[in-house]
Amino acid sequence: MTSEAAVSGGSAAKALRRRRLALFLLCFGPPFLYLVCFMILPYGNVFQYSFWKKELYTVAAEFNWDNYARVWTNPLYRTVLFNSLEVAAIVTVCANLIGYPLAYFLAFVARKHRTLLYFLVIAPLWTSFLLRVFVWKLILGVDGIINGVLIYIGLIDEPMSIIIYNRFSVCLTLVYIFIPFVALPVYAALEKIPREYVEASMDLGAGRWRTFVRVILPLSIPGVIAGSIFTFCLSFGDFVTPTLLGGPSGIMIGNIIIGQFGAAFDWPFGSALAVVILLVVLAMIALAAAAEPRAKARIA
Amino acid sequence: MRRAGYRSSRLGDRALTAFALLAFAFLYAPIAVLIVFSFNDSPILVFPLSNLSFKWYGVLFSDRDLLRSVVNSFVVAGGVVPLTLLLGVPLAFALDRFSFIGKALFERIMLVPLIVPGLITGLALLLVFTQTGFRLSLVSIMIGHSIFVLPIVVIQIYARLRRFDRRIEEASLDLGATRVQTFWRVTLPNIKTAILGSALLGLTLSFDEVAIAFFLTANDNTLPMHIWSMLRHGITPEINAIGTITIVASIVLIVVSLRLLEAKK
Repeated sequence: MTSEAAVSGGSAAKALRRRRLALFLLCFGPPFLYLVCFMILPYGNVFQYSFWKKELYTVAAEFNWDNYARVWTNPLYRTVLFNSLEVAAIVTVCANLIGYPLAYFLAFVARKHRTLLYFLVIAPLWTSFLLRVFVWKLILGVDGIINGVLIYIGLIDEPMSIIIYNRFSVCLTLVYIFIPFVALPVYAALEKIPREYVEASMDLGAGRWRTFVRVILPLSIPGVIAGSIFTFCLSFGDFVTPTLLGGPSGIMIGNIIIGQFGAAFDWPFGSALAVVILLVVLAMIALAAAAEPRAKARIA
Repeated sequence: MRRAGYRSSRLGDRALTAFALLAFAFLYAPIAVLIVFSFNDSPILVFPLSNLSFKWYGVLFSDRDLLRSVVNSFVVAGGVVPLTLLLGVPLAFALDRFSFIGKALFERIMLVPLIVPGLITGLALLLVFTQTGFRLSLVSIMIGHSIFVLPIVVIQIYARLRRFDRRIEEASLDLGATRVQTFWRVTLPNIKTAILGSALLGLTLSFDEVAIAFFLTANDNTLPMHIWSMLRHGITPEINAIGTITIVASIVLIVVSLRLLEAKK
């Protein structure tokens, strides 16, 4: 009798487990397969493709390192690669210098209209990237607003051409684009800081500045890291901004890649350059993963 | 009261407020420029502005290629949104309710398309599509967009599910409803606004996306791709007019979707 109940109980539990498994597979299976087919395999395929060779009109599946050798030995490509890394670094630093205080203002200073101000920070993230890059052509261009205004008020006679089609215009535009990418995660981190910590620090006699440096800043580091990763990776691999505002000295790795997939028609070499970007992205993720526990340890 | 203690430095607050105002001006002045120039009468962009006019909006509505690209963008976004919801809602549900080996790793990998520049995602899919003989069309752009919209949908729904009080579901089950009924009548209504909000976000993001579409476009341009080709032929004030409409429409959609996503906090 008892054993029978136990058996039926066991099989009921088994049936329940089987139904849970079925539900899991039903929910998880399709999206998982979709991501494997259209994300994981394609990214992996870029690695494979980068070791192949361009023939006259086709691609030969012969393993070789030539594409990578070309990235490294050709001075043009190497210069562009380092230029892109530099631009990404400058943009990351500048976007933090503007985005961090902005987030701090939102979290600790702004009281009235906080929701509205928060909205104003994130709204640019969801509006057309292309148009917000393009508009800097109107501002910085030879017939643009800055030149127009300066000539109008008589400060200069001829339009300046030094403010567009170079690295400066690329960096300026990218900083403009990426400020919200930094401000948002930093704000989220600052919001999470328990107010008691700040109060305790003040009660114990630390001044405002010391409270910021010793308590608030360390606790907001995860936000800074998240924002910096987005900014660094996405600005490093952008081709829209350097195409529209770069000129000869503002060329970035993205320009070279779209060239390989366009006129040059060397997809394996383009793939090798894409792998370089992917490796930089992976390195940044690894760096962040290493930095975060250390930041936490310092707090504890 | 204590908090006021931390806020006691008036000078610091003022300096920060001034800085924030400047930062907001920096963020919004360019958008204002775009809007103002779209009403400028002159075909070339010169300062000071000439007469106010709606001329470029008129030009816009008689540009057939442009209108077709808008339709194409709606077709793409119209595919991306249901696709990412059909995949994303069950996925968020699975992540919320089940633990499995490699879950943390999967959650990280899923987010990779948000960090990887769009051109990589675009060219990666282009390589696969050409190797397998899959013809480029609006469908290929849809797939490309779904790869970066999906994680956004999952993040939003997952966040809502985690906030959701599961005792309501238990009550429903105790009262004799089946699991399916409970899902449709209890769980779904509770995450409805999150679904709608992420659908609108997906719509705007797909509508504005250019880097992935750059690689996956055959003959039918989406709106950003059409603008891109216009830009290569030189600037026309028409672009400012399209830009103004797009940005205003995006902002309206964001306001609505944020309201929906923040609801029930």
